[in-house]
Amino acid sequence: MLTENTIERLRILTESAKYDVSCSSSGTVRRGKPGFVGNTVGGVGICHSFSDDGRCISLLKVMLTNSCMYDCAYCVNRRSNDIPRATLSVSELVEITMEFYRRNYIEGLFLSSGVVRSPDYTMERLVAIVRELRTTQRFYGYIHLKSIPGASQELLSQAGLYADRMSVNIEIPKESSLKLLAPEKDHQSVFQPMKLIQQGVLENKEDRRRFHHAPRFVPAGQSTQMIVGATKETDRDILTMSSMLYTQPTMRRVYYSGYISVNTYDARLPVLKQPPLVRENRLYQADWLLRFYQYKVEEIVDEQHPDLDLEIDPKLSWALRHPEFFPVDVNTADYETLLRVPGLGVKSAVTIVNSRRFGRLTSFDLKRIGVVMKKAKYFITCHELSSPLPGSIRSVNELQPERVRQLLVSPQERKLAEKEKQLTLDLEP
Amino acid sequence: MTVYTFDGTLDGLMTAVFDAFERHEQPEKLLTKGEALPLFCDNVHEVITNEEKAKRVWVGLEKRLTCQALRIISVSWLSELPEVVNPLFNYVCKTFRQPQGATSIALNYADPDVLAVTRIGWKVSHEQLRMKQFIRFQKAKDGTYLAVIGPDHNVLPLVIGHFRDRFNDQSWLIYDAKRHYGFYYEGLGMPMQITFENEASVPFNLYDGKLKPDLLSSDDQLFQDLWRTYFKAICIKERLNPRKQIKEIPLRYWKYLTENKKK
Ligand code: SF4
Repeated sequence: MLTENTIERLRILTESAKYDVSCSSSGTVRRGKPGFVGNTVGGVGICHSFSDDGRCISLLKVMLTNSCMYDCAYCVNRRSNDIPRATLSVSELVEITMEFYRRNYIEGLFLSSGVVRSPDYTMERLVAIVRELRTTQRFYGYIHLKSIPGASQELLSQAGLYADRMSVNIEIPKESSLKLLAPEKDHQSVFQPMKLIQQGVLENKEDRRRFHHAPRFVPAGQSTQMIVGATKETDRDILTMSSMLYTQPTMRRVYYSGYISVNTYDARLPVLKQPPLVRENRLYQADWLLRFYQYKVEEIVDEQHPDLDLEIDPKLSWALRHPEFFPVDVNTADYETLLRVPGLGVKSAVTIVNSRRFGRLTSFDLKRIGVVMKKAKYFITCHELSSPLPGSIRSVNELQPERVRQLLVSPQERKLAEKEKQLTLDLEP
Repeated sequence: MTVYTFDGTLDGLMTAVFDAFERHEQPEKLLTKGEALPLFCDNVHEVITNEEKAKRVWVGLEKRLTCQALRIISVSWLSELPEVVNPLFNYVCKTFRQPQGATSIALNYADPDVLAVTRIGWKVSHEQLRMKQFIRFQKAKDGTYLAVIGPDHNVLPLVIGHFRDRFNDQSWLIYDAKRHYGFYYEGLGMPMQITFENEASVPFNLYDGKLKPDLLSSDDQLFQDLWRTYFKAICIKERLNPRKQIKEIPLRYWKYLTENKKK
């Protein structure tokens, strides 16, 4: 039976779980079935609400317990912190998940836990919850399970039969930094379970080819997270790690989490008045370019530019460093080339390719289609005899990249970037 | 100038297309009855809605357009926006005027009519997604789950399949308070479209969708409290971003949400 006390424990365990930024319910399409509760819609999943910080709430993101025997410096739940500790029972968690789901509050459950007694002991409890949901409750919605570092292969393979997605967080891209901050962890403890999950998925594919009804193993693949701004890693270090991870077929998403100073007393960590949100956003944009726009890491960041430009997005940044690539003729350029034009997204690139078969597109058409002409105009031509826009457009080559950059950075963006740069300067000892 | 008038239904619009081809003309405007006629119209034709004719036009469209394009057309109609009428009418006429075997114009967004219809279709699709996101059920004593909505467009028919698939073992009622009808699902079979003869007597608040407290199931308040607690606790204060929140959940949807702060 749930009581007032359950409310308080749910509050504590949510506060403890919220720093894991992953929340997506993407990656599996599973239609409902008579006698089962729920379905999953695939695509990008469904966000059921947005909290005051503007983040999507898709899953019930909660910990089984926030007690932990480890002492990772960047984590609120580390054992040396004096915070309220709580645990939810298996039946409580199951009931809350089902009742939330039936009211259309959530797409499913995102469950993690602090490590108590031993990794296997903890993992066993997590598996018990997802097993109960899938079998007794016949829950057909989304389940994301965070695996416990050091848990046995046996338990991981059980968990994978019930979870849609599993995740192991890298947190810190360089092993030396990780070891400094989380003495009980190393890259092995992260990559080993990743590998096991991957193996499980691949073996399962094989099985399903032979036995059509073999249950699916982690159908929505894996995700992971890196903390940004807690250590000295450059964006190049971070993105190199991401692109390495994306070469694994089951890695679907890498999340970036701007470091929030939760443990200000720890001298190994910087004290930030505010998380580096601009940088985090630029990393997501770069990640997007890696996954959907066929950019390579070296095109986005390199030895001379190891960090992303905070004032402009990485795609514009690339374009300004490569004026020789422009202008692009929208009436003839192929899809991949169109994607490289600042102000042109996947949707407008597809629309252009579709529409130009019916006739040449003018800048007027482009505007109506939804191209951000304010940006794109410096990088395209549509070979018009007379331009319908007031004043003839001058390309990035005529104007010089530096000038285009000045024209395109809004004062607001500049201010935000400035503020954040100051933040990191304060950091330097 | 040639003007047609019609009764404002989709069948009426399709009949207008039929008439235009039968009369070998292309009217400049299709007006809904009651709308003021333009000053200089010498030729006004009143379209008499005819299901048979409408059906023939629709069948013709099915031969010429992809499923996606057909879906955009029906979805755009659910927008209930007056500005969909003429672009849609022109779009359908143009489709039939194209020579046999030509590429369908459905993807030609440089055509203002196709673009307008598609845009409106996207808008409606967007709102049906919002219903999938923001519908909140309350559980009544008898076990029925109730949700009240008031969307800008008539999107309820578009989401019923989703809820039927997802919540197939519970009985529910989703009621559009703005359009005075809903779908009731008994936990079996197909959802039924329903209306209330005396809407004023329904046991829920038509403005914010709240079920009368004495009809709420005994634990519903507890789960609402749990949800509000969760909603507050999941926010990271260092990242407060109310502008993003309001962009994602426009103000008009808040009144139905369980997590609405004023409740
Ligand atoms: S093991 Fe996980 S919960 Fe425990 S301190 Fe480290 S990061 Fe936090």
